Amino acid sequence: MFYRENGQFKTSYRADQQIFPIVQDRIAMALLLAVALVVVPLTAPEYLLRAILIPFLILSLAALGLNILVGYCGQISLGTGAFMAVGAYAAYNFQARIDGLPLIVSLLLGGLCATVIGVLFGIPSLRIKGLYLAVATLAAQFFVDWACLRLPWVTNGSTSGSVGVAGLNVMGWPIQSPVSKYLFCLAFVLVFALLAKNLVRGHIGREWMAMRDMDVAAAVIGIRPVYAKLTAFAVSSFIVGVAGALWGFVHLSTWEPAAFGVNRSFELLFMVIIGGLGSIMGSFFGAAFIVVLPIVLDNLPYWFGIPVDTALAAHLASMIFGALIVFFLIVEPHGLARLWSMAKEKLRLWPFPH
Amino acid sequence: MGFFIETFIGGLMTGMLYALVALGFVLIFKASGVFNFAQGSMVLFAALAMARLSSLLPQWFGFDNLLLANTLAIAAAMVLMVAVAWLVERLVLRHLVNQEGVTLLMATLGIAYLLDGVGQTLFGNSIYKIDVGLPKDPAFILQNVFPGGVLINKEDLYAALVAAALVIALSLFFQKTGTGRALRAVADDHQAAQSIGIPLSRIWVIVWSVAGFVALVAGIIWGSKLGVQFSLSLVALKALPVVILGGLTSVPGAIVGGLVIGVGEKLSEVYIGPYFGGGIEIWFAYVLALAFLLVRPQGLFGEKIIDRV
Repeated sequence: MFYRENGQFKTSYRADQQIFPIVQDRIAMALLLAVALVVVPLTAPEYLLRAILIPFLILSLAALGLNILVGYCGQISLGTGAFMAVGAYAAYNFQARIDGLPLIVSLLLGGLCATVIGVLFGIPSLRIKGLYLAVATLAAQFFVDWACLRLPWVTNGSTSGSVGVAGLNVMGWPIQSPVSKYLFCLAFVLVFALLAKNLVRGHIGREWMAMRDMDVAAAVIGIRPVYAKLTAFAVSSFIVGVAGALWGFVHLSTWEPAAFGVNRSFELLFMVIIGGLGSIMGSFFGAAFIVVLPIVLDNLPYWFGIPVDTALAAHLASMIFGALIVFFLIVEPHGLARLWSMAKEKLRLWPFPH
Repeated sequence: MGFFIETFIGGLMTGMLYALVALGFVLIFKASGVFNFAQGSMVLFAALAMARLSSLLPQWFGFDNLLLANTLAIAAAMVLMVAVAWLVERLVLRHLVNQEGVTLLMATLGIAYLLDGVGQTLFGNSIYKIDVGLPKDPAFILQNVFPGGVLINKEDLYAALVAAALVIALSLFFQKTGTGRALRAVADDHQAAQSIGIPLSRIWVIVWSVAGFVALVAGIIWGSKLGVQFSLSLVALKALPVVILGGLTSVPGAIVGGLVIGVGEKLSEVYIGPYFGGGIEIWFAYVLALAFLLVRPQGLFGEKIIDRV
């Protein structure tokens, strides 16, 4: 009744090509932004910001980056954790070695370093395809893990690869309180989400999707595989790298290579698949699901007042996590984004039958 | 020279053990097109079951005979693995027919989490020992050729022999028996196999059970070497480069790949490692496989990938 596009006529190309062509969508988005930018910082308790919202924002940024590679360009990558690590450690090095480098600049430079490494490990994708590629990208993961542990110049000489940053500020504005951290991450997420959305709507996004759907056919109609695949790797690892730098700088503030291990890569791939391959919105859904689920599972016994010892609780959580993932894949292999679009489709008619 | 040969042989033995884990991947991928990330967890689960049952069964039934306990435990663990195979087919694979490879891969990751949780809940999470009577003492060979001879770990030697026997048995099973022929038919073409009356779901249970059996053997051997603990499931990560190097669909590929990776890893660690600060084993295998795939994208013995529009 409320969500219909009847009577909304587009009279210009601009109107036809907006991201949210329906008025109700634009209103909903504006409300969401208002909540995220104003209501949450004013009202959210510190725990919510620190334990859920900040990890959610940063991981959805990483999932967004990965989704460009896996969901739009069809190149499965199990090395996402490595690209996050490159972003984090590179940004740390810029911050530590160059005095007075602005925070945002070092984060973006970290992203650039991740781009370089990403393109480097993306080159095999021109020859290797599918599951072979997925396993081959693990090479990036293990190589970077090793480099962060063993090469002293990567960690600026600190032992066991553990590094930390302190006193973050953007142009004199300190990023210390959870609220300011939240807003800082949110700003990055908004900018990159808009950027990604426009990229995938545009010329290059179509090239990626053609590559994904069938690379030989795409090459036949004149899409350069080298260019399409490598740009996807570049854009994806840039975003993932920035997310990694944020994860290290803003969320953890002291971290070691284990924070970006192979489990992180799997986790991000879960987000992308549960959220929905090839959907910007899906990355956010997936990240929310994967961030919130373990917290809920950990706290479930306490909420019901059942005393469970920690080891058993951890195993139970792992079991339920695994079972839920299988369940979700079976029920909706196309991810939460698909459920969302089906709900919108239903809503267009509701409450009338036709 | 003696040292080189020693490293080389050590590599071959380790490679054989990698091949054993890799074999599980290949079997399942061949027959169902599923890249089974849960293979490592299956190894852990089987080893946990075997280790715990071999100490629990004598307590329950009040006998004291290591051989009997081990035999019973292996049998019980095998029953468990068949049950796992049946459940996986029933609850997961059946519902995911015709899904994309990456979705199936993620589903097996979910199974991996599930198996890790179930295994450690049922059997506990400390370090357990498996004692199947593999000799622990080292042996020296070729003492008249090199001064001091070449050191060989007898345990590794036995393990490699078991692995080789298993491979031969599996090849015979695949080539000579009716079920093996059906498995190969399913591997070639699901639909064609189904249309001539091969029951797909039963084949999948069989192949996952065989993979479970391979996991059990790998689990026993690795477990008696390293002790049964959670890190055993990470063995799978070491077997992955083996699988892609040998080709996802080839049983001999898994063996040859395993040997190549095993030897490459050991030699690189000893001869190149010191220049990089050590510990390069883990990524060297992957980089080796990656470099190799650049030349042959389908691995050593994999089916040639033909792109059609």
